[in-house]
Amino acid sequence: MNIRIIKENLVRRTMFGLCLFVFSLVFLMAFGLYQKSKPILAIISLKDLLFSSIWHPTQGHFGLSSFIAGTFWVTAIAVIIAVPLSILTAIYVSEYASKRVRSFAKPIIDLLAGISPIIFGVWGIIAVVPLVRDYLMPFFTKRFPFFPFVSDNYTGFSALTGGIVLAVMTFPIIISVVEEVLRTVSFEIREASLSLGATKWQTIKYVVLKKARPGIIAAVILGVSRAFGETMAVLMVAGCALGVFPKSIFDAAYPLPALIANTYGEMMSIPLYDSAVLLAAFILLIITALFNMAGWGILLHIERKQACG
Amino acid sequence: MVRLRSPQVEENIFIGLMIASTFIVVSSLILILATIFIKGFPALNLDMITKTPKGGYYLGKEGGVLNAILGSLILGIGATFLALLVSLPLVFYLNLYLKKNSKLALAARFSLDVLWGIPSIVYGAFGFILMMFFGLRASLLAGTITIALLIIPIMARSMDEVLKMIPFELKEASYALGATKLETAIKVIFRQALPGIFTAILIAFGRGIGDAAAVLFTASFTDSLPYSLFKPVATLPLAIFFQLGTPFPEVQQRGYASALILTIIILCISIFSRILSGKFTKHTIK
Repeated sequence: MNIRIIKENLVRRTMFGLCLFVFSLVFLMAFGLYQKSKPILAIISLKDLLFSSIWHPTQGHFGLSSFIAGTFWVTAIAVIIAVPLSILTAIYVSEYASKRVRSFAKPIIDLLAGISPIIFGVWGIIAVVPLVRDYLMPFFTKRFPFFPFVSDNYTGFSALTGGIVLAVMTFPIIISVVEEVLRTVSFEIREASLSLGATKWQTIKYVVLKKARPGIIAAVILGVSRAFGETMAVLMVAGCALGVFPKSIFDAAYPLPALIANTYGEMMSIPLYDSAVLLAAFILLIITALFNMAGWGILLHIERKQACG
Repeated sequence: MVRLRSPQVEENIFIGLMIASTFIVVSSLILILATIFIKGFPALNLDMITKTPKGGYYLGKEGGVLNAILGSLILGIGATFLALLVSLPLVFYLNLYLKKNSKLALAARFSLDVLWGIPSIVYGAFGFILMMFFGLRASLLAGTITIALLIIPIMARSMDEVLKMIPFELKEASYALGATKLETAIKVIFRQALPGIFTAILIAFGRGIGDAAAVLFTASFTDSLPYSLFKPVATLPLAIFFQLGTPFPEVQQRGYASALILTIIILCISIFSRILSGKFTKHTIK
């Protein structure tokens, strides 16, 4: 056989193998983490692990609920801040902005996506922590002394701080997906709306956004998932105190990813500790994988509908 | 949504809101860079980038973070190289060998999307399991492999975007001359896509250098310069993290300076990729 053909076939096989490798990596990760979290699941039921808030590794208590609550607070705050700002920015950049503004804003948003999480953490410590401690918290606790604002944590390292930093980190993903989706809305239906006498904003509100709604939902899902798994920046600014069940946006929060990162030194020395931490990683993997499947699934569906006409 | 009397008023209100949002998003990046520069610049000196931490560095004694800078660069380059070995053939396979609506290509692209969204701490935990499975200790090798896994989806997805844009006729022309797919890939498509491939590599490199959560378990930390694949290695993000974690203001100052160094490296990579992506067009057909 011709040497060129042999080479061709060899390479084809290798490439096929790589393709399978990438395809199976998610499952491999899930399998590995599940195997390692089995020892603790065999002793303590999943329900106890998820709903108990007692975390005393040395005494064999591994309740994850306060960490799950911390994750929830931080993610919710980030999403509430980031979603409206990102969607409005995306609409502005793709529909209204002049070419000059766009060519200035786009690279900046790209750059924001490339900055290291640690840098966001440093910025959080320098800028956001004092902001929350000196301005936001006194303001809110004085004016709104009820449910989500009451707290006795005056350090500034709080769920809100983590949420603000995370919001900035989720801007790029939401903006870029929404922009992409807005671009797929065809020119013809905009023209149809405009020719009926609708203003530009009416066209965007009643036609473009309606058509883009599934894609915007996908963007939000992907943003939530990004905020959910972010580790280092949150670890640096959210307080991360053990034994606090966060009940206020100004309480210290200790989200799951931060728990995993913080225990790297000690987890091998206490029995079942590593298993509990890897279970946390497994939960994180499953949730983010599901969110991403949903988000990218919706986007894929839109793309295929587009391709079919 | 509130119904306002005049559509024009509503439009103006929303344009105002949009401009405000865009301003907040854009200024948040500028604010971050400004904060890091203002805090880090006064603490930056030649010692920071030419010395390794001496005894008592984390208590405020002299030294620098050369170990972390070199460690990050070596780890980043190694991981980028490994990721390139997987990503480049993979995207060629997806774009050249598989049919346009092949189920396998769809599955692989979807897996890349999902992998892209999995947080780096999970990669760190998985790398840790792999490490224990193969009997390795926290080392440069384990850190490199973990970061490579983390950046494969980033690199492959952006390369895929580039290869998708290559005109179909170019492949046809090459096949018509009797070239195999491999020859077409290497001699025609690769050259045409080179600027884009370069950008993808640099994006992945920047991401790999900046990540801390994935190397926390797998590369550990050390005060000495990286000298062996099987020994722990220091990385810049973790150096920043540890320095800020100390209660001493002098050490925290150096943490800010280290953050500035990392920011400058990432800014350079970003600017470099923009310049180079325009320069590698010598062999491309317009």
